[in-house]
Amino acid sequence: MPTIKSIEDLKRLREEAQKVKELRDQTGKTQIVVGMGTVGIAAGARDTLKAILAYIEDKHLPDVILRQTGNIGVGGQDPVVQVILPGAETVTYGKVTPAMATQIMEEHVVKGNVVQDFRIEA
Amino acid sequence: MAYYRSTVLVSMDPVCIEKGALEIKEQLIKELALLKLSEEVQVLDSPRLGDPETEGPDILVYPEGSHYIQLSPATVGPIVLEHFVKGRELQQYKAQMRDVLDEELGEPKDKEIRIILENIGKIDPRNIEDYIAVDGYQALAKVLGEMSPEEVIQTILDSKLRGRGGAGFPTGLKWKFARQAPDTPKYMICNADEGDPGAFMNRKVLEGDPHSVLEGMAIGAYAVGANQGYVYCRAEYPIAVSTLNTAIEQAREYGLLGKDILGSGFDFDIEVRMGAGAFVCGEETALMASIEGGRGEPRARPPFPASKGLWGKPTNINNVETYANVPKIIHRGLEWYTSMGSEKSKGTKTFALAGDVAHTGLIEVPFGLTLREIIYDIGGGIKGGKAFKAVQTGGPMGGCLPASDLDLPVDYETLGAAGSIMGSGGMIVMDEGTCMVDIARFFMEFTQDESCGKCVPCRVGTRRLLEILEKICAGNGEEGDIEELEELSEQIRKNSLCGLGQGAPNPVLSTLNHFMDEYKAHIYEKRCPAKVCRALIKYEIIDGPCTGCTVCARNCPVGAITGERKQTHIIDQDICIKCGICYQVCQFDAINVS
Repeated sequence: MPTIKSIEDLKRLREEAQKVKELRDQTGKTQIVVGMGTVGIAAGARDTLKAILAYIEDKHLPDVILRQTGNIGVGGQDPVVQVILPGAETVTYGKVTPAMATQIMEEHVVKGNVVQDFRIEA
Repeated sequence: MAYYRSTVLVSMDPVCIEKGALEIKEQLIKELALLKLSEEVQVLDSPRLGDPETEGPDILVYPEGSHYIQLSPATVGPIVLEHFVKGRELQQYKAQMRDVLDEELGEPKDKEIRIILENIGKIDPRNIEDYIAVDGYQALAKVLGEMSPEEVIQTILDSKLRGRGGAGFPTGLKWKFARQAPDTPKYMICNADEGDPGAFMNRKVLEGDPHSVLEGMAIGAYAVGANQGYVYCRAEYPIAVSTLNTAIEQAREYGLLGKDILGSGFDFDIEVRMGAGAFVCGEETALMASIEGGRGEPRARPPFPASKGLWGKPTNINNVETYANVPKIIHRGLEWYTSMGSEKSKGTKTFALAGDVAHTGLIEVPFGLTLREIIYDIGGGIKGGKAFKAVQTGGPMGGCLPASDLDLPVDYETLGAAGSIMGSGGMIVMDEGTCMVDIARFFMEFTQDESCGKCVPCRVGTRRLLEILEKICAGNGEEGDIEELEELSEQIRKNSLCGLGQGAPNPVLSTLNHFMDEYKAHIYEKRCPAKVCRALIKYEIIDGPCTGCTVCARNCPVGAITGERKQTHIIDQDICIKCGICYQVCQFDAINVS
């Protein structure tokens, strides 16, 4: 690690350190989980994931965490996407195509309205 | 900035690099590109993540926070495939999640203000960059770059910061005396010999935010003109010692301790000295004797440490919490700091709330809150809905304050005037089931045991006090005992060498003052009103409610209970050891304690 030789060095390091710390700080953020088990991938979960990723990047949503997990455990409903808004219950969507994913992002993640048509019981 | 769904931090600690961290990173980037994941996953260099010696080379994957350790280029492939493609954590390479979050310390309650405890559980104490991210070492930079030592001392004087070790001496004044002392070299000492039973405020700070203490010491060293510092920490705090050592090592690596700090020409370094846990070593002169390698015994003052301290040189000695306040005052300004607290005591104080209170644990409150607010609003009142009897502040040398003192504001002057002390922040709450004579005996047992034995009033006096209290609790108290307790206490207080002896009689004097009727009941009526002192109570079975179920007889460890099934049982008082088990197991409230 570089030795800090001046006050400017310290300020620069503080900014870098803040970025890393922000990354780790996950409280108060929206989480989106995509089921990426073998079944999920076969059903097209990767395309769904990419659509969500593109949406986040496009709309600059910094407080959203996209995660992937293994098989979520709702057979026959892949690709499965779960949305967890801060302080709210987990909402599970089934058979999510890239187009549906974009709609979920718009309605649920941005506006806060659950898309009842796509919702399944998990 | 491009959005990545996942970030991999690769530890670039020198030890990790030596163990192949660069190859790991290269392999990682290659594998990700192969699976067309380069746009989804970013790879960043990072300072150390875990312990490089045992865990390196290692990577940390966010947002999951998975920590993969002891990697080789061959293990990178499976991790990428499992973690990033299939979304499963590969358990065999994963480290146990380190608990950065502190479990002992909950969310702040209403009326709490956290300054000292602010970062605890929120930053990783073993990673200096976490501290820097929350404005750490900015105060040191400001002091070295913009302020003269005199200006620093004046700022601390104006902040009205007072010693958090208990005596409440103005910190700025202490620094001024040390600065004015002509002799050199000068030393900075941090007193981390926290010994009050049940108190762990300082341990928490050292374990959770060690750099705040180091930064405070460095600022103080610049102000008084010292180049060497020592943290005196008890050996019973192994985690605190190890966290401190890691913090010091990292601060040196980053150039925040050592020679020519931040290019200012100012040199300062810190070492940890471990104490063997003698309570008296929290007294400053005994502490310095212990650092020098001598017996931990206090000496007479003056000369005060500011003129003749460690190795006969000018020394400034402050408590952990005092130092932790310093960077916050400098960085956030006087106006902010002096807006909290009472007229003569500014800022906040941490307390370890213990005893018969619903929520025990660490709290931090501004000075001037009343005891009632602390015990009822923050502590949640008395456990089990019982009535409040007394609160003891300031550890074993503090006094017990009764319910009539509950509305006193907590600051140095008020507690002192009420016959107790602020101390380092122990606060023990007692409910109606506490015998005050027994409590006085308990604390005297502690101080008697911890007396270093150098001066007669403390060595012999506390022994005699304890003997009298034991006699009273055993039911053998006699006419004149109360007067003797009072006189002995007065002599010990006046003639002892250090704070331990001078404060030792406080529990006795304060209980005599507020709970005289309990002493009288023990001595003249041979009765313990709280039903605690075993020699003075008697267990009996009441005729009516007893159903003869035999539960008490079967549970009695000494076979003192006899009786036929379905007949009232009897306790043989000559055999009974008054353990109270029959009282606990009886389902019919048939056991009477008198």
